[in-house]
Amino acid sequence: MSTESAQSPPPAEGADVVDPTLVAGLSRTERPRRPNPVSASLTFAWRGMLKIRHVPEQLLDVTITPVLFVVMFTYLLGGAVAGSTGEYRDFLVPGVLVMSVLFTTVYSGVALNTDLTKGVVDRFRSLPIARSAPLVGSVLGDTVRYFIAGVVIIVVGLVLGFRPDGGVEGVAAALGLVILFAFGLSWVFMTVGLLLRTPSAVMNAGFMALFPITFLSNVFVEVDTLPPVLKAFVEINPVSILATASRGLMAGDAPTTEILISLAVTAGLTLVFAPLTVRLYRTRG
Amino acid sequence: MTGADPAIEVDGLVKTFGRTRAVDGVDLRVPGGSVYGVLGPNGAGKTTTIRVLATLIRPDAGSARVFGHDVVGEADTVRGLISLTGQLASVDEDLAGRENLVLIARLLGLSRKRARERADELLEAFGLTEAAGRLAKNYSGGMRRRLDLAASIVVTPELMFLDEPTTGLDPRSRNQVWDIVRSLRTGGSTILLCTQDLDEADQLADRIAVIDRGRVIAEGTPGRLKASVGAGALRVRLIDPDQRPRAAEIVERVLAEPHLDADPASLAVSCDDPDRATEALSALSAAGVQIADFALGQPSLDEVFLALTGRPADEGPADDGEDRAGTAA
Ligand SMILES: Nc1ncnc2c1ncn2[C@@H]1O[C@H](COP(=O)(O)OP(=O)(O)OP(=O)(O)O)[C@@H](O)[C@H]1O
Ligand SMILES: [Mg+2]
Repeated sequence: MSTESAQSPPPAEGADVVDPTLVAGLSRTERPRRPNPVSASLTFAWRGMLKIRHVPEQLLDVTITPVLFVVMFTYLLGGAVAGSTGEYRDFLVPGVLVMSVLFTTVYSGVALNTDLTKGVVDRFRSLPIARSAPLVGSVLGDTVRYFIAGVVIIVVGLVLGFRPDGGVEGVAAALGLVILFAFGLSWVFMTVGLLLRTPSAVMNAGFMALFPITFLSNVFVEVDTLPPVLKAFVEINPVSILATASRGLMAGDAPTTEILISLAVTAGLTLVFAPLTVRLYRTRG
Repeated sequence: MTGADPAIEVDGLVKTFGRTRAVDGVDLRVPGGSVYGVLGPNGAGKTTTIRVLATLIRPDAGSARVFGHDVVGEADTVRGLISLTGQLASVDEDLAGRENLVLIARLLGLSRKRARERADELLEAFGLTEAAGRLAKNYSGGMRRRLDLAASIVVTPELMFLDEPTTGLDPRSRNQVWDIVRSLRTGGSTILLCTQDLDEADQLADRIAVIDRGRVIAEGTPGRLKASVGAGALRVRLIDPDQRPRAAEIVERVLAEPHLDADPASLAVSCDDPDRATEALSALSAAGVQIADFALGQPSLDEVFLALTGRPADEGPADDGEDRAGTAA
């Protein structure tokens, strides 16, 4: 067997391949039936989970700030804002849960833009799979991310002595509602991810949008303490409404109005931005 | 190899980006089972043409069919026949090499077990077994390219698009890519290969289209194309650049008008007869022109361009040819 390939001559018909292991790899593999959209989406969700495992620092980046907020604000501001550290902590944890999970949604847009700039999207788009599968799959995978981000804050709260009256069910319901809302919001950032040029531009745009709407909400302060102009905005801010719902659920109530508004906003965001995202994904050259 | 049905038929394809006419009326006919080279300089419109054919972007005018299926109207059918290896190695950097392949295999419909087997088979074939568990972001450029190629043949495509697959590869990896192309062809696949490298097109392609500024400016077998340019070129480098005008005069008298390279000490002239080349070299040394080195070889892409277009290959868009001549003076 001689494998030294002299400077390969122009292709003659038939026997012209040199490397035997290469030939094995190239052995004709027939195309199986294409997967259904659900199975393709689940494969993309699996990809998302692998990324959480391989690049945990990405998740850490967005959860570390909220964790610091909970710890610092509880001890620093607790006395001043709410009269006691414990009271402020109970107020803060359900609110920062909202903040933490919502910030994580920016990552969905960043990840999508990264795929786009690295050319990975080209490969996916040239495969015979449902057009929405990569997007639905990554949203599913990201839900795991939101769950982790939420659980981290709850655990930090528990460590600081947070013992909500709603118990496990109340906390789970609040977490579920917040994750659902994040699901809706993530479509917004995926749209942004498809429109901007670089991953860091998406990151900046996302944070620039989220900082004002989380700080101008009742996540950190009671609405009643605010000047009237600000109060008007904070009261209708969906983040405030979600935070109120989260507080209520954790406290063992069912704040129906806030829950329904949160669900409606989630549905609205999804209905507008999910089709827009799919459309942009399909057509963006 | 039946050349019966064309694998690709492109008629009057146009794609514009703002004011840039990236593809400006391309016609192509690629016979099934062949390797078809698309040769052109930066910005010629090669990648844009491939992206239209691979259903990634829609043309503004004209039509393109892959095995008879329209790339716009029957995009989904087309996607079931092709695979794309883009100009960027489109691997997922946050996944391990093996995971990249399993992902594609699963998306193509292989069972979990078959997907893993196929991934391992390909990793072995492409010499990536040892790096299989490492994240692709830690791969070298060549390893990424190979992983990308492996991903493109998880199932054997009827038609494979390769966009400058050997740019930036060392000679060994380059030969490997060439072997892959040949063996796919032997297996009956059709390959559309975009390249800037005449040698690559010459080695692999059954036919070549030369494209420039979004148009096909020449088409034919490599032999025909080279014959139209002159089968070879004599390249001479002088010790003293100041002697170049004189050398050019002599070369023109003995052979033909030379092409003056950007390198001020060298010139090239189309020449297919070694005896005539020797004659020219003796004439130069008789006239006291000192030669640093010389080579008789195939024309470079630049020379093919010069011969085909009457101007050197460049990156400029189609409309600013005139001012360039002005600023160069
Ligand atoms: N998405 C885009 N938006 C705007 N202009 C584009 C876009 N894609 C390509 N172009 C322009 O179209 C022209 C052709 O580009 P194309 O990438 O097809 O060339 P190419 O032959 O592949 O070049 P190269 O050898 O450099 O890869 C260039 O002038 C390029 O700037
Ligand atoms: Mg290109």
